[in-house]
Amino acid sequence: MHLGQKYRIYLKGVQDGSSRMSFLIRARKKISRFLKFFLKKKSARIGIYGPPNAGKTTLANRIVRDWTGDAVGPVSEIPHETRRARRKENITINGANGSTITIDIVDTPGVTTKIDYREFLEYGLDKEEAIVRAREATEGVAEAMHWLREDIDGVIYVLDSTLDPFMQVNIMMIGIIESRKLPVIIVANKIDLPDAAPARLKSAFPQHPVVPVSGLEGKNVENLYEQMTDYFG
Amino acid sequence: MAMLQGVQGVQIDLISEDRMARLTSMEKIRLILDDVKEGNIVVLEKGLAPEEASKLIELTMMEIKPDGFTGIEMETYPDQESMGGFSSFFTRLIGRKARSRLTVIGPANQLKMIKKEKDLISAWVSSR
Repeated sequence: MHLGQKYRIYLKGVQDGSSRMSFLIRARKKISRFLKFFLKKKSARIGIYGPPNAGKTTLANRIVRDWTGDAVGPVSEIPHETRRARRKENITINGANGSTITIDIVDTPGVTTKIDYREFLEYGLDKEEAIVRAREATEGVAEAMHWLREDIDGVIYVLDSTLDPFMQVNIMMIGIIESRKLPVIIVANKIDLPDAAPARLKSAFPQHPVVPVSGLEGKNVENLYEQMTDYFG
Repeated sequence: MAMLQGVQGVQIDLISEDRMARLTSMEKIRLILDDVKEGNIVVLEKGLAPEEASKLIELTMMEIKPDGFTGIEMETYPDQESMGGFSSFFTRLIGRKARSRLTVIGPANQLKMIKKEKDLISAWVSSR
């Protein structure tokens, strides 16, 4: 009771003595936040998602090399080469339409629901290496899920145009992209291969932009940049 | 059940929408994962919300062990809103969320997807 009274007196003092000052401080903070928002807006984080071995890192390297001369990470034939989400900041892309965007590219591990270390033995890894790779891959998938739910502002969904769209698409991924209302571009990758059929992907996703690309050879990548400036700008 | 002793087979649990609706997200995920880790196939009348499915994948990844649990196989039909359909524009207009649909989940080493189309899922199940 006694403490309560003391507390009330203290509050009253603040209101009486410095209400004008605190209003000015609050106003200054608000203006500062307002200016920061407009003058130093953070780059949108664009996540490159897709199943294992769809060519996500090859495409991420292509984008980052084209605009910064750098790379994101190594690629290999062995699934789950990328086992950590890797972010490359402040990549400025100029579209042929004259638009420019500055984004962060986040290359993510392939999303899957199963990982068996024995799969890696077929690629010549010994048992110990395969077990370590599998453990890192499980952590990477969990990490990729977290990024998608919390930290990604737009998605490049990479699918293999030589494979059946329905067999490789992850309905959960599409669900999260739509429930978070994230802008998405679907990349029909690997069009350099003879059995590529990007039209199948286009007919499977009539609601979303589908861009046929070869991340490896850079074929049609200019079209992707133009779409990126349109959708992520 | 006594009559099933010694008979090889796979248990299939068909879980109704009503039963799942009574559970929290974490309870749903735990129920599915525990069931699947016992070697059972789970069929959900109404699938999980995308965020729940994502958390199920996250938890699955944490429970994968060398020479033990290798993960899950999970399939559902693509939503018409995501993958075609003339209703899409109107459903977006009224802000309807993507609906989840009949979903099959099982242990990755026992359940294999043979064929998946926009309106058909063919799966093959083996006993352990």
